[in-house]
Amino acid sequence: MADNAGNKAAIREFILENISESTVRDDEDIFERGLVRSMFVMQLVLFVEQEFGVSITGEDLQFDNFRTVDRIDELVSRKLAAV
Amino acid sequence: MLYELTPQQQEDRASFVAFADDHLVPEADRWDREQRLSDSVVELLGKSRLLVPTLPTEAGGSGMDVETYGLLSEELGRGCGNVRNLVAVQGMVAHALLKWGTKAQADRWVPRIGTGETVGAFALTEPEAGSDARNGSMTAERTGAGFVLNGRKKWISFGQRAGIFLVFARLEGEPAAFVVERGTDGFRTEPISGLLGLRASELAELTFDGCVVPEANLISHGRLTFDLLATGSLDYGRYSTAYGSVGLAQGCLTASLEYTRERTQFGVPIRDHQLVRRMLTDMISSVEAARLLCRQAGALRARNHKDAIRQTLIAKYVASRTGFRAADDAVQLHGANGIGPGFPVQRHLRDAKVQEIIEGTSQIQQVQIAEMTL
Repeated sequence: MADNAGNKAAIREFILENISESTVRDDEDIFERGLVRSMFVMQLVLFVEQEFGVSITGEDLQFDNFRTVDRIDELVSRKLAAV
Repeated sequence: MLYELTPQQQEDRASFVAFADDHLVPEADRWDREQRLSDSVVELLGKSRLLVPTLPTEAGGSGMDVETYGLLSEELGRGCGNVRNLVAVQGMVAHALLKWGTKAQADRWVPRIGTGETVGAFALTEPEAGSDARNGSMTAERTGAGFVLNGRKKWISFGQRAGIFLVFARLEGEPAAFVVERGTDGFRTEPISGLLGLRASELAELTFDGCVVPEANLISHGRLTFDLLATGSLDYGRYSTAYGSVGLAQGCLTASLEYTRERTQFGVPIRDHQLVRRMLTDMISSVEAARLLCRQAGALRARNHKDAIRQTLIAKYVASRTGFRAADDAVQLHGANGIGPGFPVQRHLRDAKVQEIIEGTSQIQQVQIAEMTL
């Protein structure tokens, strides 16, 4: 997508706002590193839906879709393509 | 930001006030004594599309926006905490199914809840897993016919009345959510009576003993099931409880203003005593403050703002504590009358304590607010 870099930057910025670290690689598993808090996933879904105008549904709930900046970006791209 | 109600919101609020005054206030003490809501009020809520008004019309709601839903929750909370709790739970279950279930699952169960044809219950808490609900011990195993459930749930609001239960269990080591319908073999409910407050919330303990449900009843399975279905539903419930606590506190304030105007001691209405005025002033200001936090949470929720969850936590934390303090002061201002059956403030005090516990204790919320802010 043309705006792919912008989407990824927004996702990265959101994650950095909500974790205790100042850097995160796009392919880094944020759950495995123990960076996320109990409400983080809910905040992340709210952010993705609001920021990109997509609706996350039950079929998107695979854990893999949310583990890294890259995976979240791929999910957003798939959702946007389907709109 | 000025949280002024629009003309439409003012009109809606007036209708909620009338609903509470006409249908809840006159009956709430009786329901509390009988430890059960009347069937007629549940039917009325369903017919009025007030059980889950935030659902789309075709799904059994009335398409109510989230800010107006807050105003409704406040008035229900002022009239009867149990009715407010019923409406919150129906919303938690229906929206979880609508958002995270398949279309077939949503079509099958959500309109039944919205219209009141069947009451829903949210079955997360277990006898040994309350605040740490993520680590519940209820299990689900795959079987030829679907899944077999084993375990117990406790303190389940409207578990005595519900026909549809959203049940959380561990399946293959990960959280899962199922719908279990009343009447399923191996599933039974036992009433819990004698509660301190919210006595008409018809709590039950649920037992699943080799209870088999079909594949079609699995709503979600995987690590995010708890993070989104369970936590998301509790977030919805917290918003309702926050506003409901403001309503409860407002009910206490109104009762206290009336009582201290009418009650004469030492030759003057007791509101003329400075120590009484101090208590009234604390109630007035804390109710206003808690209401503003709810309005702020509502405005953020309406925009799907990323800070909406944290602000809802703050609103519930502050409002539930405000509710308890206001009810405590209201009983004190009513003196001996405050502890008797003739005034609603003693019911409000008991209900207020429960609202500091449900959808996350105040202590859990302190931890969560700090975690999300620091």
